[in-house]
Amino acid sequence: MNAQLLTFIFVGISFSLYIGIAIWSRAKSTSDFYIADKGVNPIANGMATAADWMSAASFISMAGIISFLGKDGSVYLMGWTGGYVLLALLLAPYLRKFGQYTVPDFIGTRYYSDAARLVAVLCLIFISFTYIAGQMRGVGIVFSRFLEVDIDLGVVIGMAIVFFYAVLGGMKGITYTQVAQYCVLIFAYLVPAIFISILITNNPIPQLGFGGQVSGSSVYLLDKLDQLNIELGFNEYTSNTKSNIDVFFITAALMFGTAGLPHVIVRFFTVPKVSDARKSAGYALIFIALLYTTAPAVSAFARVNFIESVQEVEYEDAPGWFKNWEQIGLIAWKDKNEDGKINYSAGEALEGVKPKFSNSIGVYGEREVTNEPNLQNSNEIYIDRDIMVLANPEIAKLPNWVIALVAAGALAAALSTAAGLLLVISASISHDLMKKTLMPNITEKQELLFARIAAAVAIIVAGLFGIYPPGFVAQVVAFAFGLAASTIFPVLFLGIFYKRLNKEGAIAGMLSGLIVTSGYIIFFKFINPELNSSENWLFGISPEGFGFFGMFINFGVALFVSFIFKAPPKKVYELIDEIRKP
Amino acid sequence: MSYWKANLLILSIILSIWFLVSFGFGIIWSESLDALSIGGFKLGFWFAQQGSIYVFVVLIFVYVNLMNRLDKKFNSKDKD
Repeated sequence: MNAQLLTFIFVGISFSLYIGIAIWSRAKSTSDFYIADKGVNPIANGMATAADWMSAASFISMAGIISFLGKDGSVYLMGWTGGYVLLALLLAPYLRKFGQYTVPDFIGTRYYSDAARLVAVLCLIFISFTYIAGQMRGVGIVFSRFLEVDIDLGVVIGMAIVFFYAVLGGMKGITYTQVAQYCVLIFAYLVPAIFISILITNNPIPQLGFGGQVSGSSVYLLDKLDQLNIELGFNEYTSNTKSNIDVFFITAALMFGTAGLPHVIVRFFTVPKVSDARKSAGYALIFIALLYTTAPAVSAFARVNFIESVQEVEYEDAPGWFKNWEQIGLIAWKDKNEDGKINYSAGEALEGVKPKFSNSIGVYGEREVTNEPNLQNSNEIYIDRDIMVLANPEIAKLPNWVIALVAAGALAAALSTAAGLLLVISASISHDLMKKTLMPNITEKQELLFARIAAAVAIIVAGLFGIYPPGFVAQVVAFAFGLAASTIFPVLFLGIFYKRLNKEGAIAGMLSGLIVTSGYIIFFKFINPELNSSENWLFGISPEGFGFFGMFINFGVALFVSFIFKAPPKKVYELIDEIRKP
Repeated sequence: MSYWKANLLILSIILSIWFLVSFGFGIIWSESLDALSIGGFKLGFWFAQQGSIYVFVVLIFVYVNLMNRLDKKFNSKDKD
């Protein structure tokens, strides 16, 4: 059977599974809709958290990015796992003990202030939409490459599925579909990784093959990769090119940002007991680590494979996947030295980086690119980093069913994250904005209806992001983590560990973190992108890592302002004593 | 020692290890550790891309166990 037909079958089966689960687990009350009525088993919640967390970016893009960055890519591996330690130790058990529906709920109650609640809602909505845009793009890529469906139609199909189980099932429906989606995505990630590990290193465990010898020789894979990289003019694969301070700050911003992401935190509201919240964070990290320790191995395998299968190969003999991805425009080849062979080396192949294709065909049958060649280097290939994981099974010549499986896995990763994000958006609108602020008199039934309407509207907005992708998606990811680290994390942390912090301090802290971090990112990413290099950065910190700096600004301002104004009321002290109790 | 003090002590010990393996071994001293190797990995590189993640998982479960023991000692009901 060909790959496309198999992909249709695999995707079809997985989608019907998700719909089936949604019908079985409909939400009947607001507690069902927001937090699955606190009835989720900690292991199931761990899986759901893992699926919620591992997005299209983790599944599709991360290994590809690390493949090109080498050791510099470690920031994502440590940053997106280490945050769970912070979450498990500093936030999850206490917020679960508090026992309400949303993150702004805690902020509004702890700081006895609707203004604080609204600032939190604003940050939360901004962070969540930033994230969703990326998921929808992932759905579009998978549909267009593997099912040869128009990207727009692909996004609409994805929206319809999420609409069905998120609007119907709320948190309860989402949780159990996420459990299924985790199983699909981890299986789809591990199977090709194991195959490729055996192929390259003769070791079925990718984490070990990564440090093993290349099969048929006594050379270690990583030594070979270092050598290949240097021959082609890149840096050693296992060495940093970024400064230590920048790596430190980016890792920290991603860790504290992870711990402050509302759609992750709210997952720990769904378990029955406080001790379950702690345990559940542990399970979540095991399930996440399974993918995150495999990813860097996949990166290394993919890089060796990629270089070996295209370097110095005549274009006419280039493998099928190379031409397939060229058709979609994610690979381009410009024969700078006119020898008909593909030459890959360091540097951008084209002026203006992204290829612009004309409709004509070049001398060797390639798609003609109208960009001027970049003559400062001899590299002839443009390759979008996002395609490495998706193309990997084809590059390694794995059977068609593996390719189909990867497509279904990528969709599971994108849809599960999108659904989790949609839920926190809808809950913050129906619960925090409507019920707690604007219309306190609505009944539970009305609130549930508002929640469903808000979820539906959010899905449509997210879908529009997918169909008309804003050009700034990649830039705003730094935003999401930076803001979570510099606004939400500090007020939650201080709210639990420092009783004296009053509402004035919390609001001033959040706003200063927000302003400093977004100001820095906007300055370097949008206003003066040409200045965005290490010699202009404050203390050598890139915009991606600045959220960690913003976090300290938030702490400093919050503590200072707190001392000026009077201490919080007695009932807040009692509340904190209560959530600190075992 | 009160429940809260014991809790803070556990937190600070675990977070110190958390900091040491990731920011310490994976970043600050990573290059010096690269002089050593395990299998085909340079040690600093291994901590940055594999080891720190394994330690994170272990840390959370150590925390879970210590806290469960502490809860028992203070005889908490741990109800909803």
